Amino acid sequence: MRAFAGDLPIVLEDASVVAGALTILDRVSLRLAAGAPTALIGPNGAGKTTLLRLAMGLIAPARGKVSWDGSESSSPTRRALMFQRPVMLRRSTAANIRYALAAAGVGRSERAARVSELLALVGLASLGERPARRLSGGEQQRLALARALAKDPAVLFLDEPTASLDPAATKAVEDVIRAVSSRGIKVVLATHDLGQARRLGGDIVLLHRGRVIEVSPAAAFFSNPKTPEARRFVAGELLV
Amino acid sequence: MPENASALQLVLSGDPALYAIVRLSLVVSLSAALFATLIGVPFGALIALNRFPGREAVVVVLNALMGLPPVVVGLAVYLLLSRSGPLGELGILFTPQAMIVAQTILIAPIIAALARQTLEDLWNEYRDELAAMDVGPLGRIATLIWDARFSLVTALLAGFGRAAAEVGAVIIVGGNIDGFTRTMTTAIALETSKGDLPLAIGLGMVLLAIVILVNALAWGTRSIGQRVAG
Repeated sequence: MRAFAGDLPIVLEDASVVAGALTILDRVSLRLAAGAPTALIGPNGAGKTTLLRLAMGLIAPARGKVSWDGSESSSPTRRALMFQRPVMLRRSTAANIRYALAAAGVGRSERAARVSELLALVGLASLGERPARRLSGGEQQRLALARALAKDPAVLFLDEPTASLDPAATKAVEDVIRAVSSRGIKVVLATHDLGQARRLGGDIVLLHRGRVIEVSPAAAFFSNPKTPEARRFVAGELLV
Repeated sequence: MPENASALQLVLSGDPALYAIVRLSLVVSLSAALFATLIGVPFGALIALNRFPGREAVVVVLNALMGLPPVVVGLAVYLLLSRSGPLGELGILFTPQAMIVAQTILIAPIIAALARQTLEDLWNEYRDELAAMDVGPLGRIATLIWDARFSLVTALLAGFGRAAAEVGAVIIVGGNIDGFTRTMTTAIALETSKGDLPLAIGLGMVLLAIVILVNALAWGTRSIGQRVAG
């Protein structure tokens, strides 16, 4: 097992995020601890992405607080975030990973071995020299995943990791996520794909209009949702 | 220079007087482009990556300076370097050094403004990823300059093209001294007024060829960049 000191658990206490007059997250309290993946679900605009950025430490709450293993200031050296539309650096696939390794402080001598290891993990071993921007959508998504893993994170945040991918590409990405999770890395993923939440989620957090509506273990959430919003969401009704 | 030689003969026979002028022009304008890049790219990067009061005014002024009239730059540098000016003691007025200074001032804003735009666009694209990767301020600038290197070379070539083609600044601070500060553009202006059209036309042909070459290089850089970086 790896040491989690410095990152987990991530605790949000009454955390709010506002943009102008708009409240994006409204007094969210949540505890993200080591263990199975946590899936954040909810309709578009529910605040999933903002919650990920907040827990990553990229933005500060307007009110309330966020702490990582009890500390309110913690640089994201062991936390990684994969954006919904990851930006490929204008370099080769391998160079993108090499860059992330260098940014994470991995020594020059170790980089080559780690690059091959990460490329193999995400199934891009044969595409190392291709310009990253020429990769297909699914390949870019997997490269972004490898780049996020370069810093050897304790927590990995994934924002809609398979949005707009076809089933085969989705499966490839989900397989990597499962492998990552089984290595003891805490995965927190935002998705509006209920099937994905069911396949990957250990815990489910339902967000709606910036509020946490329900937090349950996945099995209980899908078989016996407690709140009316969760019942409607699970039943496939449109939650607006 | 042989009497009655045609423009084409001068160019093709490698006339020494003509090529001395071409060489000086290239040395002056390439040096200016190099210095202007060393000044302009970091300055552009500084503006691109930072938010400060009055930033928009700085950007507007910088963009406006791209159209700086060469004669005005020449006049300002002349005043600076003339014997009674603040830098008169350097004694470099009417030398190639003065011409390099003037052209550097002329094109540094062009390179800075183009670099600012390029780096800012790339920064908007990279910002979140670099923040998530926890890259420090110097690392960010280095990353942006490296990943934008092909566009920045194009900016350098644009600056060089402008410097090689201008006449106003170099004629004022260089003085168009035969064999010492005479460039292609000042020679063309002089020879045309003297009626020595073959030399003027020959230099004009070389100048045009250089301008076309610079644009071909810019185009080539762009396509190499697309192949390498996607």
